[in-house]
Amino acid sequence: MTVTHAAVPATDRTPAAEPADRPRHRPGRRRALGTAAFHTGAGLLSLIWLIPIAVVLVTSTRSFDDIAAHGLGGLPHSFTLDGFRQAWVDGGQQRALINSMLVSIPTVLLSLLLASMAAFALSRYDVPLRRVLLLVMLSGNLLPPQILLIPVSKLSEQLGFYDSLYALIGVQVGFGVGFYVFVLHGFMRAIPPEIQQAAVIDGASPWQIYHRIILPLARPALAALTALSFTWIFNDLLWAITVLRTDSKMPITASLIGLQGQYVSMWNVIAAGSVIAAAPTVIVFLRFQRHFVAGLNLGAVK
Amino acid sequence: MAVLTATRTTGGGARGTKRRKATRVPPVVLAFVLVPLLAEGFWVFWPALQGFYLSLTKWDGVSTPQFVGLGNYREMLHDSVFRTAALDTVLWLALFGGLSAVLGLGAALLLQQERRGVGFYRAALFLPVVFSLTATALVWQAMYQPDGLINHTLSGIGLGSLTHPWLADQDTALYAVIVPALWRQIGYVMVLYLAGLKGIDPMLYEAAKVDGASRWQQFRHITLPQLSSVNAVVLSVIIIDSLRSFDVVWALTRGGPYHSSELLSTYMYSTAFQSLRLGYGSALAVVIFVLAFGVIASYLVRAFKEAD
Repeated sequence: MTVTHAAVPATDRTPAAEPADRPRHRPGRRRALGTAAFHTGAGLLSLIWLIPIAVVLVTSTRSFDDIAAHGLGGLPHSFTLDGFRQAWVDGGQQRALINSMLVSIPTVLLSLLLASMAAFALSRYDVPLRRVLLLVMLSGNLLPPQILLIPVSKLSEQLGFYDSLYALIGVQVGFGVGFYVFVLHGFMRAIPPEIQQAAVIDGASPWQIYHRIILPLARPALAALTALSFTWIFNDLLWAITVLRTDSKMPITASLIGLQGQYVSMWNVIAAGSVIAAAPTVIVFLRFQRHFVAGLNLGAVK
Repeated sequence: MAVLTATRTTGGGARGTKRRKATRVPPVVLAFVLVPLLAEGFWVFWPALQGFYLSLTKWDGVSTPQFVGLGNYREMLHDSVFRTAALDTVLWLALFGGLSAVLGLGAALLLQQERRGVGFYRAALFLPVVFSLTATALVWQAMYQPDGLINHTLSGIGLGSLTHPWLADQDTALYAVIVPALWRQIGYVMVLYLAGLKGIDPMLYEAAKVDGASRWQQFRHITLPQLSSVNAVVLSVIIIDSLRSFDVVWALTRGGPYHSSELLSTYMYSTAFQSLRLGYGSALAVVIFVLAFGVIASYLVRAFKEAD
């Protein structure tokens, strides 16, 4: 994309953009005006987007008395990490964060292992009904979860899984795997067949081909899906409150709702809890930003 | 959040499959497919079938389900809360869906060009996407409080008469819940459109400019048609996400006050797990499924074509 032409649609939406039919004198000044308009518009937009985050960060470090005296929307007059301590220790956020990790990490690993196996088989071999199988698996992920909630909670009760993290891991793997298969299948199909044929001639088994050749080549897609699926699973609320009951087993999202009920109008604690709950996914995003955005677009525009 | 992928428009690479026909399928490869399929069958397909069956029963979760035929669906016709929830869901689809598509495209158009500072702006708009909807809800609950920043700002600029208990008022609760959902969704839609815009051949714009096309004409006749596959993805994502929306409403209002912000998803959850009317709850879930079915089916048809 070259800079000159791309400026056209980019400045299109900025309020101060000049009309297109204006004679094109002094392109330098025009561009400077466009740049100023762009930064004003985009800056304002970003500011609006960041204000709620800033408010929560500030609120989480205020004292309860300060909020009571000056109002939640007032300027801060205190700085304390007391809210974090209360949320972390008394509010049970520490336990909840551990639970979230205990669910998210095995779920991501297991889903991607299963999905990459299925995607490998469906994309590299002439499995009977492969197109139908692929779409059946994808369709499971597109179902509205509501249709599954009641049966899944009853099913896990019958199996003795109810109110255990295993049930949560199980349902998250089962529900997510179809989408990961579909994405990985698209990616693995693009790997040239010659690579595999060479390995077959050398006597490599399917497991070796999967493990030594296809998985390493699919690393970009796997990295993107790891970043993405971790965020989804970590952020899930609905499945957690469907298969879990005990407070001490709840992941961080559900525990936030508990915090909201327990510390009504103690906004410093609630804000601190929100910061704790958002921190892991923000870290994943900042650390793996490129993988993350790639994940959202995987296969979208090729 | 649903994430879907666009169907590929170019046919390149599809020919390679024919050569693979010769490959014999070893049993272990079949196991590679069957294990994940069984996991999904166990946790998704089998429960889904049960869900459909349960919608034809009356069940408290303890005794045996009692078959009532279409009784639950007949009950919906006279259920005013169901009507509110269905209406709110449609409103949610239109407002949350429509605005996130339009504003996401707008943000993508604004931020599409690689220039100084654009990375920061994109990151700012995208950041809320990684928050859980629960955390998003709590962030905005603080903003909406009677003494929160929104009312504080309104009083500060002389619009004190507009200050409002946003979440507690039946007339504003639903809209007050849509705003946080939008705040989180727009960045996501923007990323999809940014990738789409990147894929448009610059030559098209050059040619249009030579022909004297205005910016609006370029947008209307080049940008929009070129984005059609992304549009299809965005549309599917938005409809599926809208019908799934639950967390943000649950965390902010539980569907209240007086069901004014009730969606089918929240009504289904409270009916099933709080009123313990599991049969009626299942029927509500089937309604959500029926609403989503068109999108799911059309998406699968396109995916089927892509999978060759």
